[in-house]
Amino acid sequence: MSDGETTLVRARGLTKTFGGFTAVDGVDFAVTRGECFGFLGPNGAGKSSTMRMVGCVSPVTGGELRLFGLDPATDGPAIRARLGVVPQRDTLDEELTVEENLWIYGRYFGLSRREVRERAGELLDFAQLTERAGDKVEPLSGGMKRRLTIARSLINGPEILLLDEPTTGLDPQARHILWDRLFRLKRSGVTLVLTTHYMDEAEQLCDRLVVMDHGRIVAEGSPQQLIKEYSSREVLELRFDTDEHGEWAPELVGVGERVEVLPDRLLVYADDGDAAASEVHRRGVEPLSSLVRRSTLEDVFLHLTGRSLVD
Amino acid sequence: MSFTTAPTRGTASRLARLLPVPAGAGLGRMLVERNATSFRHGWIALVTGFAEPVFYLFSLGVGIGALVRTVTTDSGAVVTYPVFVAPALLAASAMNGAVMDSTFNVFFKLKYAKLYDSVLATPMGPRDIAVGEISWALIRGGVYSALFLVVALLAGAVQSWWALLALPAAVFIGFAFAAVGMFATTFMRSWVDFDYVTLAIQPMFLFSATFFPLSTYPTALQWVVQATPLYHGVALERALMLGEVGVGVLGHVVYLLALGVVGLVGAARRLERLLLS
Repeated sequence: MSDGETTLVRARGLTKTFGGFTAVDGVDFAVTRGECFGFLGPNGAGKSSTMRMVGCVSPVTGGELRLFGLDPATDGPAIRARLGVVPQRDTLDEELTVEENLWIYGRYFGLSRREVRERAGELLDFAQLTERAGDKVEPLSGGMKRRLTIARSLINGPEILLLDEPTTGLDPQARHILWDRLFRLKRSGVTLVLTTHYMDEAEQLCDRLVVMDHGRIVAEGSPQQLIKEYSSREVLELRFDTDEHGEWAPELVGVGERVEVLPDRLLVYADDGDAAASEVHRRGVEPLSSLVRRSTLEDVFLHLTGRSLVD
Repeated sequence: MSFTTAPTRGTASRLARLLPVPAGAGLGRMLVERNATSFRHGWIALVTGFAEPVFYLFSLGVGIGALVRTVTTDSGAVVTYPVFVAPALLAASAMNGAVMDSTFNVFFKLKYAKLYDSVLATPMGPRDIAVGEISWALIRGGVYSALFLVVALLAGAVQSWWALLALPAAVFIGFAFAAVGMFATTFMRSWVDFDYVTLAIQPMFLFSATFFPLSTYPTALQWVVQATPLYHGVALERALMLGEVGVGVLGHVVYLLALGVVGLVGAARRLERLLLS
């Protein structure tokens, strides 16, 4: 197979500037057919700007970008015909009904009326919205609107689905339903590319991800690889009766591999969290509460950038 | 569920690269279809768009016509007031309808509904949006104009077979105004800016030789009036409906055509800058 067959998206030194501001600063990445690839980072890291370039709606300022081996600068429409896009904010057509949203969106791709009607039926099933087919969009719940947006993005049978912050603003139950739908898509062979600032979402969905900060990629790998490489196996979280948790950090030197000070707690990184907790107790340090948990991508991000993902 | 690749439009994109105009995939008609689908849910707007010029025709044409009796047109013909004013109302309503559609409606879709953001994620480009929205304004305007012409005919305000061309002319006037209106809309920051639209439309409606002949004005003002676009729309419709077709008609057509082309290209360019940054 040629490069364009297995590597669907390839970026080399990809850069985006707005006036004097550099939103994306020379990133390299490649997305392989069938995988779920994620951009993890806080707001303003350059994830959405990268996604807009990949979606061929934002011209590349510098570097190289290829989708299906094609250049967005010259083959934008041909590339977009093979993409599905789920934007950060729902842009459903509120003047149309649920099913009309799917029909009309399919027509934007030049599909025939017969084709869009057939597919809309399947997609309404997939989005669990068949009963709401003839309803207006406006009264739907946030989760339903998101599912409809995803259904709409699938009307052209895309090879790559781009999802920008797919579950931001949804309640936990709606998020789990959505994740389930995305898993099904992946199993049916659709390549997923998503941005998120939720580490649990990245861990749940992504085979591989890059961590972005200030427009650059600071780490790359599978969630497990990243945790293994940049964090300890476990974390001991300590909360003290103080306004300044940093005061307690000197007391904890040597308990674990590393201590991070957050405004509301201290994180002690150790392979054995319980042993670390015993050591804290042995030293006569008395926290208000202590909790041992597994390391997550949040810890990876904290270690790499010194900041939390969600502020 | 099956996943296949959607057809692509290679020729259209290659053409778009050769021409110095904003990109499009030749799918503008899909936006017309979208608007027609949405319109089915709000057909009441059709009634108001049609009613306005008809109300004017009866209040001014019949009401004032009873006081004025006859008017001597700029070409020297003496006609009754309804016959004089009907072509102008046709032109003015073509302008009003086109401007409303391409300013208020487009601004809402652009800034609030974010309709074009989702359209541009498909093979469609900014040129398709400009072509689609302007075409839609013309279709709607065409329906209003046709209905108005029927009413004007029944009211005895149509004098010549040339009036058959008054309908395409009205659509053409709509094109010029819809294109410029959409171009202007891409510069609007908030609803407050729409006061400028009213500021431009109202004096044109009143002073474009709409309700009295151009010869009524002092010479200097005549030049000002002749520089504005609605004057050319009114003059074009009046020439056709009164059967006074001469070379001068070409001048009006060229003026409106130039306005429309500048507006169309400008609107598509601005959409590209606004939405594809």
